[in-house]
Amino acid sequence: MTTFRVPGRGRVLHNRPVSFTFDGMTYQGLEGDTVASALIANGVQLMGRSFKYHRPRGPMAAGSEEPNALIGTRRGKGRFEPNTRATVQEIWNGLETNSQNKYPSLKFDVGAINDRAYMLFSAGFYYKTFMWPRSFWDKYYEPFIRAAAGLGVSPSEPDPDNYASRYLHTDVLIIGAGPAGLASARAAATAGLRVTLVDENSEPGGTLLSEPQASLDGTPAWDWLSAELDALTDLDVRIMTRTTAIGYYHQNMIALCQKLTDHQEKPAEGAPRERMWRVRAKQVILAQGALEKPLVFDGNDRPGVMLAGSAQTYLNRYGVRVGNKAVIVTSHDSAWYAAFDLASAGTQIEAIVDTRPTPNADLIKEAAARGITVLPGHTATGTSGRLRIKSVRVNKVENGKVLNARNISCDSLLICGGWTPTLHLFSHTKGSLKWDDESQTFLPDRITEECQIAGAGRGLWGIASALNDGAVMGAAAAKALGKSATTQTVTVANDRPGTGESHTELPTDLDPGKARAFVDYQNDVTAKDLRLAVREGMRSIEHVKRYTTNGMATDQGKMSNINGLNIAADALGKKQPEVGLTTFRPPYTPTSFGAFAGYHKGEHFEVTRKTPIDSWAEENGAVFEPVSLWRRAWYFPKDGEDMDAAVRRECRETRKSLGMFDASTLGKIEVVGPDAVEFMNRMYTNPWTKLAPGRTRYGLLLGDDGFIRDDGVIGRLSDDRFHITTTTGGAARVLNMMEDYLQTEWPDLKVWLTSTTEQWSTIALNGPNARNLIEPFVEGLDISDAAFPHMSIAECTFAGFPARLFRVSFTGELGFEINVPARHGRALWEKLFDAGQKYDICPYGTETMHVLRAEKGFIIVGQDTDGTVTPYDAGAGWAIGKNKPDFVGMRALNRPDLTAEGRKQLVGLLTEDGTSKLEEGAQIVLDPNQPIPMKMVGHVTSSYHSDAAGRPIALALVEGGHGKTGDTVYIPMPDRTIKATITGTTFYDPEGARLKL
Amino acid sequence: MLLVHCPYCDETLPELEFTYGGEAHIARPENPADKTDDEWRDFLFIRTNVKGPHFERWRHAHGCGRFFNAVRDTVSDRFLTTYKADAPRPDLAVLLADASMKEPSK
Ligand SMILES: [Zn+2]
Repeated sequence: MTTFRVPGRGRVLHNRPVSFTFDGMTYQGLEGDTVASALIANGVQLMGRSFKYHRPRGPMAAGSEEPNALIGTRRGKGRFEPNTRATVQEIWNGLETNSQNKYPSLKFDVGAINDRAYMLFSAGFYYKTFMWPRSFWDKYYEPFIRAAAGLGVSPSEPDPDNYASRYLHTDVLIIGAGPAGLASARAAATAGLRVTLVDENSEPGGTLLSEPQASLDGTPAWDWLSAELDALTDLDVRIMTRTTAIGYYHQNMIALCQKLTDHQEKPAEGAPRERMWRVRAKQVILAQGALEKPLVFDGNDRPGVMLAGSAQTYLNRYGVRVGNKAVIVTSHDSAWYAAFDLASAGTQIEAIVDTRPTPNADLIKEAAARGITVLPGHTATGTSGRLRIKSVRVNKVENGKVLNARNISCDSLLICGGWTPTLHLFSHTKGSLKWDDESQTFLPDRITEECQIAGAGRGLWGIASALNDGAVMGAAAAKALGKSATTQTVTVANDRPGTGESHTELPTDLDPGKARAFVDYQNDVTAKDLRLAVREGMRSIEHVKRYTTNGMATDQGKMSNINGLNIAADALGKKQPEVGLTTFRPPYTPTSFGAFAGYHKGEHFEVTRKTPIDSWAEENGAVFEPVSLWRRAWYFPKDGEDMDAAVRRECRETRKSLGMFDASTLGKIEVVGPDAVEFMNRMYTNPWTKLAPGRTRYGLLLGDDGFIRDDGVIGRLSDDRFHITTTTGGAARVLNMMEDYLQTEWPDLKVWLTSTTEQWSTIALNGPNARNLIEPFVEGLDISDAAFPHMSIAECTFAGFPARLFRVSFTGELGFEINVPARHGRALWEKLFDAGQKYDICPYGTETMHVLRAEKGFIIVGQDTDGTVTPYDAGAGWAIGKNKPDFVGMRALNRPDLTAEGRKQLVGLLTEDGTSKLEEGAQIVLDPNQPIPMKMVGHVTSSYHSDAAGRPIALALVEGGHGKTGDTVYIPMPDRTIKATITGTTFYDPEGARLKL
Repeated sequence: MLLVHCPYCDETLPELEFTYGGEAHIARPENPADKTDDEWRDFLFIRTNVKGPHFERWRHAHGCGRFFNAVRDTVSDRFLTTYKADAPRPDLAVLLADASMKEPSK
């Protein structure tokens, strides 16, 4: 039995020992313990070092609000997690844990030098100290801040765990399974509603777990709880433990994070570690209770200092005494009960120090009966003890004057500054708060969602009032849903409602400027920092918060916000509601990235679209690249070729004889209807009226702002039918835009739009032998140059498949694109590949496609254009039907900005040395000797090595580029400056002779 | 995540099915060529950017595909109504009166 364990006490299983490690030492705890309760049972209070000053710290709390006791946990390979609260992590045999923010050891830490130098680290320290010189940032400041700013260490291995995600629809969701939540659940369930009751703890019960002395309807609290849970289960209430409501979103959507395996020694193989629930509830009841506030005085953070209510929880729930000799410093009745419980369990209570001159007479009587010294009207002004508290300094306060001090030795100091309703989730809904002068705290005011708040969350203390209010709110939720609930009244004996008073810093006889009186323990913010922030001009609480970082740590100020506000308000000389509260945001407690990601990781991160020919490419060694959601064959390396060699070969063989390319990802839209041609005239820049069926045209699509949105070859199949192709990434966007104009601007047009991208497999054949290859496969169509010239389209039978055949070229070579129903894509590909062997047919990927088109100066929308490029900028003014009355974007092309001099225009670039390949995205300057920052006149949009041109080629957007042909420009790179000449954009076969085969 | 009522499907469905489409009731002028540069600028770029009830377009992109209009309060993110694309602009005063009737139970 460990020193501080109380035999038979608590809800832990005394006959089930569990061993785990902390900083390499093995400790014994009991099943049901948290790391914190087990370590305290072993006399260990020192569990971490603070963030800024590296001060030794122990747990302040027993729940998820804990700011200090953050540990790393290891659950086997790859399963390391930093910043886990020791007060929440349940222990199991073999669990490895370690402390954080320490070097070389927790007991001796060199970073604690910060603590001695605390005068330097005041509010706004980062803003003031790391200001200049600028050059110090990369080398000194940032590494220093990163090393010193330690809240644990990020895991370095990939997370091997699975995370699940589910939806839940429920009539009533109740958050918090303490007395109020339980009573709400009972009431709502009796009304016949589907009720879900969630709690972040490992078991439901809330306060009842820490107050076994209470008796409900004559039954001891824990027996009552057990029976009540059975009753709720019988009423089909879904009870979920270890489940934290992390966020409350619009229209009663609540995110729940359920921890499934962190408490298990041997989780089932493949079991999800956590599950994120997206709950849509018709009614929500917030029954989250209240959080205890610390008192603010010098040295209120030493290991052994703890919230009194938490000490009571350690004793009653975990069977652990927090110390042998305790002093209580309180401004609220509740701490007295912790003292009485601990006294009964054998802890010597040295004194109950109450800031109130006349505490409750019954409590004083009880203390006297137990022989406990009571010091009313006293203040605490300091503590001693480095790794654990040794004594507390207290003074009597009379008529506002702090009298002589006395030191009381202790190993535990239990503090209580009152209670703050837990309204974080309510705050997520933008529900408004009102200041309650009597309880010196904010209470819920205007409710914005279908939601009720029950119990301590709205300032009602004690088990009886929580139960009563819970039942009322459960009934209210039922009533809002048109049902009626029966509410039960429970009589509670040994209840502990109480009152108290609120403080800023406790009064002191010492220099308050030297006090280390902590408000935010996790971010090491002191009362002095808050006052300094106000003195330095911060007026809004939001500014005070950011300047001091009060409430900005991972606990989001669960303990510090109200104390921070009280002190800031005092410093500003204003009432608290005039200063206001900062906004709480989701998540309520730190939540793993895994829980948010859920199933969306690895291959399931997003959809991978594959063409029907993709499997052939994979079998034939293609290297793939992602293009929007598609996975496309990038290049097909042969024996040991690198990308460069493969692409050069593919380009060469295509231009020499024949290449084949899977173009199935091209977006395709079928435009059908009597007004199809009118629709096309309005959407695209080009004129369509005179395009005869059987002919195709390059189409350019603008936004109404005049900038290029998309392009592609469009075929007219008949008077009322067009086959549009779009860019691979633009298909959905283009269809959306067309639908928008059709539905909302021109609903009178009789046109139907259908996405056919996935209906067709598209195989592009390019090269001098393209016709020779396909001619034998084509039935019922003469594809000679005379009968089927460049830019033709026809329906035919191809290799026995129904097909749409385009004569089109994105390479400058004789080219055809064969569209067959998608399911025949691979079969056709294989037939063509086999038949093509006699022409040394070369399958090529997207990189070669890019090179071949760049050699011809064909743009890629989104690469050579960026949403600020007009057709004229891109050198595609020829595609504009100037005689049309209107098309989308036409009017904007005449706007002054779009016709102004000096617009960036698409040009070719050839490096002067003939060997340097420019980097895509590289910036271009006219004078390389100008002072930095240089005037940048454009950037490289496409750059490749071109065998056809015999040198590297590039496209670029350059200010006034069309008027600069022949000029020299410079591309500064980290190691050198490259000189290049502006050229036209066609690098190969400028006459287009090769198309005319 | 919001719930959005599609006036064509007549169903209230998760926001994931919908895409936002900018401010509503901005018709593309009949004869753009007749518009001055300033008028065309206003049509393209100038929006009311209201704090409060906002007339805006949505598309049931992963459903029926229809564009429709909505009035949504940009402060509370609450929809006051949704209506078909060709329906007239609703009377805001009536909508606001309706909405205050529907406030959550106190
Ligand atoms: Zn719909």
